[in-house]
Amino acid sequence: MKKIVLSLIAALGLVVGAHANTGGIAWDKAPNNLNDMASLQSGAKTFVNYCLNCHAAAYMRFNRLKDIGLTDQQIKDNLLFTTEKVGETMKVAMDPRQAKEWFGGNPPDLTVIARSRSGSQGTGADYLYTYLRTFYVDEAKATGWNNLAFPNVGMPHVLWELQGKRAPVYGTEVVHGHETEVFKGWQQITPGKLTPLQFDQAMGDLVGYLQWMSEPAQGKRVQVGVWVLLFLLVMTVFTWRLNASYWKDVK
Amino acid sequence: MAEMKEISPNAPAGAKLLNWMDNRFPLSKLYNEHLGEYYAPKNFNFFYIFGSLALLVLVIQIVTGIFLVMHYKPDAALAFGSVEYIMRDVPWGWLIRYMHSTGASAFFIVVYLHMFRGLIYGSYRKPRELIWLFGCGIFLCLMAEAFMGYLLPWGQMSYWGAQVIVNLFAAVPFVGPDLALLIRGDYVVGDATLNRFFSFHVIAVPLVLLGLVAAHIIALHEVGSNNPDGVEIKATKGADGHPLDGIPFHPYYTVHDIFAVSMFLMVFTAIIFFAPEFGGYFLEYNNFIPADPLKTPLHIAPVWYFTPYYSMLRAITSEMVLVLIACVVGAAAVSVTKIKMPAIFKMVIVGAAAAVTAMMLSIDAKFWGVVIMGGAVVILFFLPWLDNCAVKSIRYRPSWHKYLYAIFVVNFIVLAYLGVQPPSPIGERVSQVGTLFYFGFFLLMPWWSEMGETKTVPQRVTYAAH
Repeated sequence: MKKIVLSLIAALGLVVGAHANTGGIAWDKAPNNLNDMASLQSGAKTFVNYCLNCHAAAYMRFNRLKDIGLTDQQIKDNLLFTTEKVGETMKVAMDPRQAKEWFGGNPPDLTVIARSRSGSQGTGADYLYTYLRTFYVDEAKATGWNNLAFPNVGMPHVLWELQGKRAPVYGTEVVHGHETEVFKGWQQITPGKLTPLQFDQAMGDLVGYLQWMSEPAQGKRVQVGVWVLLFLLVMTVFTWRLNASYWKDVK
Repeated sequence: MAEMKEISPNAPAGAKLLNWMDNRFPLSKLYNEHLGEYYAPKNFNFFYIFGSLALLVLVIQIVTGIFLVMHYKPDAALAFGSVEYIMRDVPWGWLIRYMHSTGASAFFIVVYLHMFRGLIYGSYRKPRELIWLFGCGIFLCLMAEAFMGYLLPWGQMSYWGAQVIVNLFAAVPFVGPDLALLIRGDYVVGDATLNRFFSFHVIAVPLVLLGLVAAHIIALHEVGSNNPDGVEIKATKGADGHPLDGIPFHPYYTVHDIFAVSMFLMVFTAIIFFAPEFGGYFLEYNNFIPADPLKTPLHIAPVWYFTPYYSMLRAITSEMVLVLIACVVGAAAVSVTKIKMPAIFKMVIVGAAAAVTAMMLSIDAKFWGVVIMGGAVVILFFLPWLDNCAVKSIRYRPSWHKYLYAIFVVNFIVLAYLGVQPPSPIGERVSQVGTLFYFGFFLLMPWWSEMGETKTVPQRVTYAAH
């Protein structure tokens, strides 16, 4: 019996240590912009201008953007390209068959992308924040682009004009007694319209928007939750005393 | 026909109405039998709240389920979108959905603790065998309910989880492929599967579940509740004919349960409002990707409450089948040599062992994995007849029993943990040892439960007023 217990305990430790990595570099921590309306609006603008050409957000209605401080008129004037009505969902005009030809696959719907990409390495926002900032020039690829967080990605660097062209710099390091190639940093080949700092900020806004869009009710959820818990706390005091007053008769 | 009871014409209207009812429907009788004069032991502890909580969660699931069905579309092309529609466009739809998804996990937490309570205090022992059997039936229904309900959001994990589990049925010799086809209604999990799972999830299984819950409670109220001391309170009755250690369920346990409910709801709502995904355990991240029959996820894991059984399934490799054969042969050898019985029985045992060994060698290990996974649940049904200990409650069993039960719990949790993880060589070994321990615990119980010195069980329950 002792042996079984010991082996179970020992094995548990080993298994915990050997957590599988899913490929790609470690994820950077995304900034939390969920309560920053200006940032969410800027993210929405980037999203509609750059992402929505190929990716849909087919479960997200344009008029839901009112939740992040926009008016129907603002949405109509600045963000509606593919449709006339603010009550429509964010569909995409691209033909799926052509998409398959161009990118080797249909670009995924982005409505809940931020929720689906969470993992043991971080939140979905962390992943997206890393992914959007680690495109690099790779002539070996059909699109001419590759990505550190998503190796052999099918999507070209749509935001390259903003970020400019970059290439990763590798150095060698001895890890566990083996000489290994490790990522050291970036080399800017051509400058973009934005400085690296501005670009990071824009991506933070975009990721914040994607995170918000994946669950527009999340802010309200937390607000309601606080009140519900406060109510239950008070109720528990009453039910506790009620219980005690009945049970004091039980000898 | 029962006599009509007359009541004074001057009685208040309420009493008249009640009398009118009672002459036509056993309202007062039912109330008294199940609440007002149902005498429950006064020494219930923390573990005794989970039965009531399970009932509460059942009600939550049914009510939220009714509202979800109003907006959900059981159609492979629309299902995923309709769930997102509920999450976004239906007023408070997100709350109803999170209550239902968190409720599913809460149900299993509560039921596992309820079963653990029964296990350690011997609540399955005579005369409560039927309560235990109905309870095991409820657990089976619950697993079916959870499994089929999990397909409905039509995400990647829904789809591939169902695919993996339904494919297991294909491992049954001879009829397997046809059986899997019958369950799916198609050659792969598809629209037909979604429709039939929806039907089972919202109609068939809940009906059976409710029937079993009613039977579970009726049987309980017929024989009376067990308690942490395992003392039969009906053995010591007072002058009024009520057990001295019993107190009426209402009001004592109703106020007690309301208190428990308010604490439970704090945890439950905290998860709903602040962590509905619960780190990917209650809502798996991959399930936010719509089902794609052409893209198999790298790592398919069932939801946490199935993982102990999933671990046992994965533990049965062709190597492990040899170990199982050794167990069968060993058990046959011991029973033939050590136990006195007529030669004919010995022949039967040897023959059966030989037949099982031959089957194990000829049928694929995957099938035996399915047998082990199913057996891990089915074996619970036999518990009342496996336990030979002289006393019911863990309190009066030999001290080392406590350690054994503790290891059983740890083992179960380790198996659950391993079921979440991607397969690894070490994990496989551990889950194999864990599987052997799980079955050894039950199959050897007739012997180990008799061993050791039991403590004296008191005449009356131990209770300190609070």
